[in-house]
Amino acid sequence: MDDQRLEIIIGQLLRAGVLLAATMVSIGGLLYLTGHHADTASYKTFVAGGPAVQTLAGIVQSATHLQSEGLIQFGLLLLIATPVARVVLAMVGFALERDKLYALVSFIVLAILVFSLMRAT
Amino acid sequence: MTVLTFTLVVLVISALAGFLGALTGLGGGVIVVPVLALALGVDIKYAIGASLVSVIATSSGAAAAYVREGYSNIRIGMFLEIATTLGAIVGAILAVHVTTHAIAIVFGVVLLQSAYQSFKSTPESGAPVESDGLARKLHLGGTYPLDGKRQEYGVRNVPAGFGLMFGAGALSGLLGIGSGAVKVIAMDRAMKIPFKVSTTTSNFMIGVTAAASAGVYLSRGYIDPRVAMPVMLGVLCGAFLGTKVLARARVRTLRIIFGIVVLVLAVEMIVNGILGKV
Repeated sequence: MDDQRLEIIIGQLLRAGVLLAATMVSIGGLLYLTGHHADTASYKTFVAGGPAVQTLAGIVQSATHLQSEGLIQFGLLLLIATPVARVVLAMVGFALERDKLYALVSFIVLAILVFSLMRAT
Repeated sequence: MTVLTFTLVVLVISALAGFLGALTGLGGGVIVVPVLALALGVDIKYAIGASLVSVIATSSGAAAAYVREGYSNIRIGMFLEIATTLGAIVGAILAVHVTTHAIAIVFGVVLLQSAYQSFKSTPESGAPVESDGLARKLHLGGTYPLDGKRQEYGVRNVPAGFGLMFGAGALSGLLGIGSGAVKVIAMDRAMKIPFKVSTTTSNFMIGVTAAASAGVYLSRGYIDPRVAMPVMLGVLCGAFLGTKVLARARVRTLRIIFGIVVLVLAVEMIVNGILGKV
């Protein structure tokens, strides 16, 4: 398997991930609008939304209770996961090609991403 | 304004931004953030959080199409992502600690550069170069399609490119944008990588870079579902339509229109940032 073939497969997986995320966000969005369409929209001053939209565990819990904002946020988490998946798949690809240097490079990038996402736990 | 009106207005603005961003290759984030902040009075923290997720959506969504053209270089991309992701974390942490006025002013300066970029016509690539020592050790060189054959190219000035990429990542993390323009400058100008290879590889890197800031943004509550939902869906639809009509559109005229819009937004962002209104 050459680099380009590997990359095309990864690209298709990413697109599927984006579509899945967009579907999830749309469902959550429709639910949200059903319940809140007549509320007043006010985003002039920033107020953090709390654990249900800020932490991985909180988002998963809110989404499994089918709360609209949790579903949107879960969709966004799926979206954030697509580039992470790309790095993981590239790392596996390099390992299969026995390209140790780039398997290591991919691992470093993955470690940085995981470090960042761990902040939201 | 009711939630329904807000959602629909943001959806339309984001679709337009995604459409123009795809046609001009400058990305939708640079338009969405200032319009949300200036026209709708949305706190810039919500705006950059929403923009960041839309950046990931367009980058991941377009990946398959870009790869098929055969220009992108996964090794260059992955190696430089070490710099952009580290920069992105630093930028995102910075965004938490500086005032929104300061973010607005820096954003304005980046918009000025985007405006300049869109008035200028696409630069011709210089002739491919030979790799220097470090680039050879890192196997960064590659080939791209040219007249039905594969043209070889090399890579130079890896440390300078790496440094610029750290800066590109920091800007992305600070402002919630893809900062593709800076990434292209780092590869095309500093590292002497052919222009088409630089732009397609940059598109790939944008999503991974943004994902590195996403953790910080999420934990601070910048990614708010109520604002991010219409922005992400709008930009994604707009970008999809943009890539569909790209082949037929008169891109030169569009780039000038885009440039004027961005220039106006740049001035507004800087003035409002200085006056403390954003």
